[in-house]
Amino acid sequence: MRSFLALPNDSTLKTLLVALLLCLVCSVLISTAAVSLKPLQMANKDLDRKKNILEVTKLMQPGGDIAQQFKQIEPKVVNLATGEYVDSIDPGQYDQRQAAKDPNQNFVIPPQRDLAQIKQRAKYATVYLVRQDDQIQYFVLPIHGYGLWSTLYGFLVLQGDANTVFGLQFYEHRETPGLGGEVDNPKWRKKWKGKLIYDKDGAPRIQLIKGSVGAEDPHKQFHVDGLSGATLTANGVTNMLQYWFGKDGFGPYLQKFKNKV
Amino acid sequence: MNSDTKKVITDPLFNNNPIALQILGVCSALAVTSKLAPSLVMCLALTSVLACSNVVVSVIRNHIPSSIRIIVQMIIISSLVIIVDQLLKAFLFEISKQLSVFVGLIITNCIVLGRAEAYAMKNSPGMSFLDGIGNGLGYSLILILVGSIRELFGSGSLLEYPIFPLVTDGGWFTPIGLMLVPPGAFFIVGFLIWGLRTWKVEQVENPEYQIRHVHRLEDA
Repeated sequence: MRSFLALPNDSTLKTLLVALLLCLVCSVLISTAAVSLKPLQMANKDLDRKKNILEVTKLMQPGGDIAQQFKQIEPKVVNLATGEYVDSIDPGQYDQRQAAKDPNQNFVIPPQRDLAQIKQRAKYATVYLVRQDDQIQYFVLPIHGYGLWSTLYGFLVLQGDANTVFGLQFYEHRETPGLGGEVDNPKWRKKWKGKLIYDKDGAPRIQLIKGSVGAEDPHKQFHVDGLSGATLTANGVTNMLQYWFGKDGFGPYLQKFKNKV
Repeated sequence: MNSDTKKVITDPLFNNNPIALQILGVCSALAVTSKLAPSLVMCLALTSVLACSNVVVSVIRNHIPSSIRIIVQMIIISSLVIIVDQLLKAFLFEISKQLSVFVGLIITNCIVLGRAEAYAMKNSPGMSFLDGIGNGLGYSLILILVGSIRELFGSGSLLEYPIFPLVTDGGWFTPIGLMLVPPGAFFIVGFLIWGLRTWKVEQVENPEYQIRHVHRLEDA
């Protein structure tokens, strides 16, 4: 050790040793921090997801206990291919984002059908239902897809007819603040309420357009104002909705409820 | 406390402010100051990273090969920043979401590397620590001022506590939209620098300014 410290600073050996030691010490410190703080961070993310679901369904009571309020929401695991509920899986334990990475639980999306650019998705999705007098009042559906810089994760809430949008909220993204980041803007999010996802033939028609939706736009029920300066993020949102409400996504599941009406 | 120690801490506040005089770290000063709370957390995060990185760099300063010294400093700084980021995500999740990428960008905040290279490489760990705290405070002073002004005039509140009743809530105050966007912070930082240089006139004429005079064509 002493002979190492006594080496001239600029000798090749000392340069290599200093670099090696420093990297070793730093990586140990970082991994310790990352591993030991992981459970706390996971709990935070879980709470944040619940809070977002409560917010987007407008059930959030400010200042109330989130875990308590979340009890009025019923999570269900859905098999996306068939649209049936999977009751053998506990929705409280199922992690859709983890499952999307697991080769046993995921579905690799053929590139030509991968509108949302997510490459693979979980076979099962967790949906959240809000019931009122045994009737489903809201469907809270998890969606994600690639924008400009990042994958956007969010929830789209449909009303009981499984077609009319109640709200949209992203809880995780890294789009440019002020441009693509405007997906968080409450004013823009309000424009989604009352829009329709499907046309009469059951094809998903919802999309963001350039500029704002005019009063005489014949398809204004399917069109939402774009985000100025954020064409790529807006296209990403359109594509992810087209994917998640198409037949690869929640199409088969939602079809069952549309038939009933 | 002798006068040298005191100078190391108080100089960066007004006489040698990292933002107002050295014009370093402006990026984060624009980005995180639309509300006071994230500004405060950013100040805390930057000051702790700055003080720690100064100490670590100073402790090993006699053994850093000069050929890789900048990389060594960057590794130390970025490791500290990642740890701070992890701590924020674990204990202050809401604020870490608001700060998003800007915590990571402390790594590229010129103040941190600047102090490591300019001060910690040549001074004892104790003094380097104080220098880090001092420069952190200088940065914090500007950030807190900008954050307060922006939140007060952009949202009518301070730390989310309403000060001016908003028109939308039946009050009289119409929020100034400019304050909520980064260019608003540019104006405020500009006015602060103007104010500071009116008070401390010696800051007005700095060497870079004179160099530009020498290169003027009219002398040729």
